[in-house]
Amino acid sequence: MQTIKEIQDEIIDEFSMFEDWEERYQYMIDLGKSLPLIAPEYKTESNIIKGCQSKVWVHAELNDDQIEFTADSDAIITKGIIAILIRVFSNQHPKDILDANTDFIDEIGLKEHLSPTRANGLVSMIKQIKMYAIAYQTQLN
Amino acid sequence: MLDINKIRQDFPILKRQVNGKPLVYFDNAATSQTPQQVIDVIVDYYSNYNANIHRGVHALSQEATDKYEEARLTIQHHFNAEKAHEIIFTSGTTHSINLVANGFATLLQKDDELIVSALEHHSNIVPWQMLCEKTGAILKVIPMTLEGELDMDAYSKLLSNKTKLVFVNHISNALGTINPIKSIIDQAHKVGAAVLIDGAQACPHIKPDVQALDADFYVTSAHKICGPTGIGMLYGKEAWLNKMQPYQGGGEMIDQVTFEKTTYAGLPHKFEAGTPNICGGIAFGAALDYMNAIGFDAIADYEHELLDYGTKQLEAIDGLKIYGTSKNKTSVISFNLEGIHPYDVGTLLDKMGIAVRTGHHCAQPIMAFYKIPGTVRASFAFYNTKSEIDALVEGVKKAKMMLS
Repeated sequence: MQTIKEIQDEIIDEFSMFEDWEERYQYMIDLGKSLPLIAPEYKTESNIIKGCQSKVWVHAELNDDQIEFTADSDAIITKGIIAILIRVFSNQHPKDILDANTDFIDEIGLKEHLSPTRANGLVSMIKQIKMYAIAYQTQLN
Repeated sequence: MLDINKIRQDFPILKRQVNGKPLVYFDNAATSQTPQQVIDVIVDYYSNYNANIHRGVHALSQEATDKYEEARLTIQHHFNAEKAHEIIFTSGTTHSINLVANGFATLLQKDDELIVSALEHHSNIVPWQMLCEKTGAILKVIPMTLEGELDMDAYSKLLSNKTKLVFVNHISNALGTINPIKSIIDQAHKVGAAVLIDGAQACPHIKPDVQALDADFYVTSAHKICGPTGIGMLYGKEAWLNKMQPYQGGGEMIDQVTFEKTTYAGLPHKFEAGTPNICGGIAFGAALDYMNAIGFDAIADYEHELLDYGTKQLEAIDGLKIYGTSKNKTSVISFNLEGIHPYDVGTLLDKMGIAVRTGHHCAQPIMAFYKIPGTVRASFAFYNTKSEIDALVEGVKKAKMMLS
């Protein structure tokens, strides 16, 4: 299994091949379209993260000692970034999730989407991912 | 005819690039850009006569006070208020509305009725809801039609001798609809209700005459009219302003203070506690001078041309739907691409250097009415051009291609 760091490096590598913003965004849009949707029963009011601009749903489940995340958004670019975050954080051990950072987002030129003032729900989504990691970590101990 | 090239030279920001592209600024309904003439006034204030007003014996204080009060007169004349002290400086539209809502707290009784319109933004809803909670008054809503116009028959039916206050925007921020405020005011006056007009979206396009309208209150912000942020005004009829309690206590708003009792200063100072935004007030006056030198008739004509052109071009895009189709509207086009979230469109347009607003425009009830999460809103000012609209249209087409 790949570590979080390995996956992040792989993503940085992939993004380095894009020549301009259009290719980068087209890739994210396509990622957004291919993101496996959250199961409808988890697309609930309690799983919703409200941004001013777009909504994000996140669901987490513990399988053995790893957390599996599924998520969705009503905006496709937001969904593309969610797909990247899920690729990084899903099916990882809670402790590794807690130790990880999201600096790679800067390196792939998407920093603006994780600005707390962007109000698209992504910053809250990362917080939520970390909260789940803390909760499941406590459960595992 | 406006000399647009010459006008554009007045706005330094229009020369900059965003994401490597020339800036196309179509978020004018959120805030307008500032011409050099107004920037110069701000620089001059801080360079030459920055001082606190109304209380100094020294020369700078006197100069600053004179300029600040001159600005009040400029605003008075612009809005054709009868008296200068009917113009209260505030931090902006929201502050003005809160000031009136607070002032009415002691003038209302339980079960009195207030009327709001379905076209309001949150600033003209929430302060009144808070007032209702405080006083037990009841909030009624004038419904809107699919075209984004107010249902005036329904309005007539809502009015009764229980109605104490009506508050409506002159122009809707989300859709650009120009509301029939003269008729709204006249009908309200027949049942003895006062009317507050939120002019934040109107003042960049129209020169309102508060006496001809017979508005009891008219509020606006300077930053929508080429002025700075953090300054605005409340026009109130003297009789109403005298009846209302002060909003904030502090310096400048008092007559005499002892620990037993304080008596308040007269208008306008009663509502201007503390050191005001002096530079902002002076710049507000300069912004009105700038706009008046260009002329509101010429501005309105040209903006209409932009609106017609933009509407025609955008409508031609397959799957594009415009919200707010009143024949009576200003240069605001709120739209969505079928099946595409407005946030995605706005994000891609930004990459192309085009600034639009996306989201619910702080008018969630309107979005709920249309059952949409929000819209993309392009709002044009007199310094925009048709070729910028062409760039927007190309940008929207490109965004559509990338997102479909």
